Amino acid sequence: MRAFETAIETDAAVAPGAAVRRGRAIVITSGKGGVGKTTTTANVGAALAARGKRVALVDADVGLRNLDVVLGLESRVRHHLLDVLEEKVDLETALVRDKRNENLYLLAAAQSREKEDVDTAQMKALMAQLCETFDFVLIDCPAGIEMGFKNAVAGAHHAIIVCTPEVSAVRDADRVVGLLPSDWRPELIVNRLRPELVRKSKMLSVADVNDILRLPLLGVIADEPGLIVATNKGEPLAYDAASTTGAAYRAIAARLDGEDVSAPTVNTEAGLFGKIGAWLGGRA
Amino acid sequence: MVEFFRSLFRPERSSTTAKERLRLVLLSDHLSLAPDVIEALKADLFAVISRYVEIDASNADVSFEHREHDVAMTANIPILQLRPDRPPPPPPIVREPDPVTEAVAQSVAVDALEPEAMPPAGSGETVRPPANGSTPRRRRRRKPAQAPQVSQPQVS
Repeated sequence: MRAFETAIETDAAVAPGAAVRRGRAIVITSGKGGVGKTTTTANVGAALAARGKRVALVDADVGLRNLDVVLGLESRVRHHLLDVLEEKVDLETALVRDKRNENLYLLAAAQSREKEDVDTAQMKALMAQLCETFDFVLIDCPAGIEMGFKNAVAGAHHAIIVCTPEVSAVRDADRVVGLLPSDWRPELIVNRLRPELVRKSKMLSVADVNDILRLPLLGVIADEPGLIVATNKGEPLAYDAASTTGAAYRAIAARLDGEDVSAPTVNTEAGLFGKIGAWLGGRA
Repeated sequence: MVEFFRSLFRPERSSTTAKERLRLVLLSDHLSLAPDVIEALKADLFAVISRYVEIDASNADVSFEHREHDVAMTANIPILQLRPDRPPPPPPIVREPDPVTEAVAQSVAVDALEPEAMPPAGSGETVRPPANGSTPRRRRRRKPAQAPQVSQPQVS
């Protein structure tokens, strides 16, 4: 693994003798905490795996491990990211296979360590190694823009920005985009949208958010109780065929997989009562 | 009664407030994160002012302030003396005395005439107010009284 250290300068570069890169490492980031990075990582990963892709999810939030819980895999985690980076165990040993899908694997974060313990060059090398055998490597980035963020981004080829329709989240997303490599073209997921509030002009719309961020729109996820229930149970909604939010995650996975899916939409059309309100309000 | 119902339905457009606040905060953020742009702007600004007056650039201060409804640039530039070789002042602005001519002049597309009416480069430089991101105030260039071309577009 150490042989990679000097060889990997750019993300596309492959160390001599290494296998040809098969997959893409995508970092899921936001700057602001609590906007749904981990839930997004779990669900997009599950949806990609359900499409038959081999997916590795890497929890880069060292010290605040949570991806295992969201996936319902907490009882299966024996080793973590730092064990692998420090060569205490093999990568294969540390990867936890999802109980519902054999294509989905998790590399958990170390709970009792700090973000500063991660070596950036080793992290890059590990992502390159994962990309040899997986189609997608999704990296769940910690909040903030410090060392943890830098390490999470280091080995990635692409970024997904998760942003909620709030002033603080959009501001942080804008800041994070500015910190990513300038030749990247990050894609945007607008999370926790509440259509009824957008309709009443009480929440920024997807267009409002993207008027400012101006990123390719990868998906829109509405805020719904089902997400909380799913997290309670540790079952990603993306596996739920009946869920509209699950369908939204599956559409994101299809777009990431290169399928030409129609543009993401969320119904913010007013009902009859709302239309009367808009008519009266508009004429006032 | 109707008013009561309207007030019930009139939406409180806090999303508009959010968007405007976001626009300003990002403008302010981007300025503070672009020291090279600010340095270039300062250099240009000092160069223009130095054509007219000798300034003390080492004690000059240019800052950006995020205010209630805009982001403003404030330049505090000590002036040492007038330049003896400064360019001639721009031609004086003459007000049209005749209200009829005034109305005609305004009805004519002012922008279309601008290129002709422009003074030669270098003679009328002014330090503009800071771009605050909102609609820029359009400076109407009034035609000097003796300029007869004003009526030409009307004829054609």
